Amino acid sequence: MKKQKRLAGLTQLLVPLIALLALVLFNLIRDPGFFSVEMVANNNGDPVLKGNLISILNGASELAILAMGMTLVTAASGGQDISVGALATISASVFIKVLRGGGAIGVGTILLGFLLSCLVAMAFGAFNGTLVSVFRIQPMIATLILYTCGRSVAYWINGGASPTVDSPIVTALGGFIPGVPVPTPVLIVIAVGILFALAFRLTSLGLYMQTVGINQGAARLNGINAVGMKLLAFIILGACCSVAGIIGASRLSMVNHEQLLLDIEMDAILAVAIGGNSLGGGKFRMTGSIIGAYVIQALTTTLYAMKVPSTDIKAYKALVIILLVVIGSPVVKQKVSHLWAGIRARRAGKEAA
Amino acid sequence: MENGVVLAMRKIGKVFPGVRALHDVDFTLRKGEIHALMGENGAGKSTLIKVLTGVYEKDAGEIYIDGEEGAITIRSPQEALSHGISPVYQEITLCPNLTVAENMYIGRTPGALVNWKQMEQKAGELLRNLNIPARPKQQLGSCSLAVQQMVAIARAVDGDCKVLILDEPTSSLDDKEVEMLFKLMRDLKARGVGIIFVTHFLEQVYAVSDRITVLRNGELVGEYEVGKLPQVELVAKMMGKELESLSVIKKDAQGGARAPETLYEAEGLSSSESRPFDFHIAKGEVNGFTGLLGSGRSESVRAIFGADRVTGGRVKVNGKPVRIAKPYDAMKHGIGYLPEDRKRDGIIADLSVRDNMILAMQVMKGFFHPISRADAEKFADEYIKALEIKTASQDTPVKSLSGGNQQKVILARWLLTHPQYLILDEPTRGIDVGTKTEIQRLVLKLAEEGMSVTFISSEIEEMLRTCSRLIVMRDRHIVGELTGGELTQEQVMHTIAGGGN
Repeated sequence: MKKQKRLAGLTQLLVPLIALLALVLFNLIRDPGFFSVEMVANNNGDPVLKGNLISILNGASELAILAMGMTLVTAASGGQDISVGALATISASVFIKVLRGGGAIGVGTILLGFLLSCLVAMAFGAFNGTLVSVFRIQPMIATLILYTCGRSVAYWINGGASPTVDSPIVTALGGFIPGVPVPTPVLIVIAVGILFALAFRLTSLGLYMQTVGINQGAARLNGINAVGMKLLAFIILGACCSVAGIIGASRLSMVNHEQLLLDIEMDAILAVAIGGNSLGGGKFRMTGSIIGAYVIQALTTTLYAMKVPSTDIKAYKALVIILLVVIGSPVVKQKVSHLWAGIRARRAGKEAA
Repeated sequence: MENGVVLAMRKIGKVFPGVRALHDVDFTLRKGEIHALMGENGAGKSTLIKVLTGVYEKDAGEIYIDGEEGAITIRSPQEALSHGISPVYQEITLCPNLTVAENMYIGRTPGALVNWKQMEQKAGELLRNLNIPARPKQQLGSCSLAVQQMVAIARAVDGDCKVLILDEPTSSLDDKEVEMLFKLMRDLKARGVGIIFVTHFLEQVYAVSDRITVLRNGELVGEYEVGKLPQVELVAKMMGKELESLSVIKKDAQGGARAPETLYEAEGLSSSESRPFDFHIAKGEVNGFTGLLGSGRSESVRAIFGADRVTGGRVKVNGKPVRIAKPYDAMKHGIGYLPEDRKRDGIIADLSVRDNMILAMQVMKGFFHPISRADAEKFADEYIKALEIKTASQDTPVKSLSGGNQQKVILARWLLTHPQYLILDEPTRGIDVGTKTEIQRLVLKLAEEGMSVTFISSEIEEMLRTCSRLIVMRDRHIVGELTGGELTQEQVMHTIAGGGN
């Protein structure tokens, strides 16, 4: 009985998990050594992990963090934020601005940069959230504003094309902390994941967001501040944007306001969808979105490993995504469960005979 | 067809999956007559209108119309129009940004070209003829709602209109505007148009109609001449009680004997949806709001709970003045509210039975004090057992439960918060008889334990069985209060009908 319950909860994760498994199998058959991980010394002579598996885990970091925030916004507002790439770039610019403020870059400067960047991103998140919750503008239209102007704002902040910083701490943020073989972005994803897990455990975040997303009117009649909850979702996503932007900027020790995390909003939304969450809001499973993010990154890495020209990659990605989305659609799910029920009934009939 | 009859519907039947919406209904409309169609919620009024206007196809019966041989078939609103049947709906379906003339003729001009001059001339004539205070070139949006309604009627009656259907035309008009509309209706009547008037305002029926047809539960109760049917009898027929068969139920004077310690008190309370009213309830008292559909009973309790925007009034809980502006305020003062529309306002459809149950309690505890999974499971188990809720498990989404069991889940949600005052709006609607009595018994038990309960039900017997005091509403006003020996069906109906004591 207990086991059955747990299984029922897992069905939502079935499609993303199968997709991930299929990608892994595909790669293993193609190249048995695809996922081999080795320990090598990097430029500084520190031992670090290297291999396709590590580059998938590392490369998906920004996407995974944004997908977590996007899940909440989707659940509560029933819409998506398309400004996350632009907002991440703004936060990265604020971060770099603080670091270029003059003087030596110490841990204190980094923390200050993160704090300011986070506050700015949360303020922009609150702006998006206000448009959606108070003025009841469709999320996609509301966030179109920041999507359109965000990268210009990022440019203004530093007043230069691509400001760079030179600091071993920033390099470590985007790469490896000396002595730690795991890429720092992966550790940051784990930290953000733990923060969300704690939030779900220590507050009623999950219940409130789902209630607001499913039935706003009823949520109000049960004393939930629906407007506040939607606002909160956008503010949390803002903080996620800040973290993702800082990782992205740290990888190159610079901000390219035109290129940083370009088009990542679409991947973030896709990750939520692949994770089996309804883009119409309501019930959600953040684990699904996270797996979705890694599926997308695994796909990209696989295509690169297959030497698909980078100009063609998007087309191949689209093909796989069509497949995933169709398999995950309610129509197919229903057909499959019907088929399954039919097979079981026939088997039961045979046994009876 | 009989002489003078413009529309005859015979033995009309309509079945929806699982529901018999209309059965053997006859309806006859004569030339130059205003005929009120009356019935409570679910009586079949709107189904009958929709069959007549081609929105639904009937499953049985025949429709005859004056001037046409044999039974006609109506498969679409266009076909209805071609037979001279024109509906004007409650919400105005015209375009406010077009002119009055355009609104009257849009989509009805032959061919692609419009002769503007001729159109405006014709519109002007019709408006003058019907004494409608609007100019053809005026933007419709600049007219009052009543005039817009009248323009809609002018559009409907232009051409070969035999049957005009007015579906709740007065619900958003004030008294003066209603009078204007009535004058237009009488004018049209004098021109020989047959008018079907659907409304829930009793007084308006008596002010303007010639005949009344009453439906109940999809069946015809009867057709009556207005002069021969007193209001109280009309109410009885709508509710399904013959006056002479009404037995007087003596209520034990329990309510009066109890210590009259007031729990909740409101003075001049009003909301965006309700007119100002006074109300109070004592500890352990069960009272109720009664009245016909649309009388304002639900709006009143929603105002108490802060469900609609509260616009005025003084409220005291346990003798202390408090401010209840939103549901959360009411919950903090120990008030629970089970809403009338379970699907729209009550259940969180996709969430599990357990999450639905703990919701209000969780909100009371606060965002930063989540109820542990173990506690939630314990509470859910306890109430599933106590209220005998039939569900596969606590994890089952509440939407897959039956109506009665969903209602019990919401009831459990409020009982978990241990309210001192529980408002139940139609807790027994659409659920089976067994569950109904269970809920009534529960209400009485809760009151015995000291909880105050306000109960609303469309079924008068239910109210009489459970309430020791009834507040009677009609046309959004409180028109009476009944206690003790006055708690009889007859008395309730007299009060609703305006007879008073």
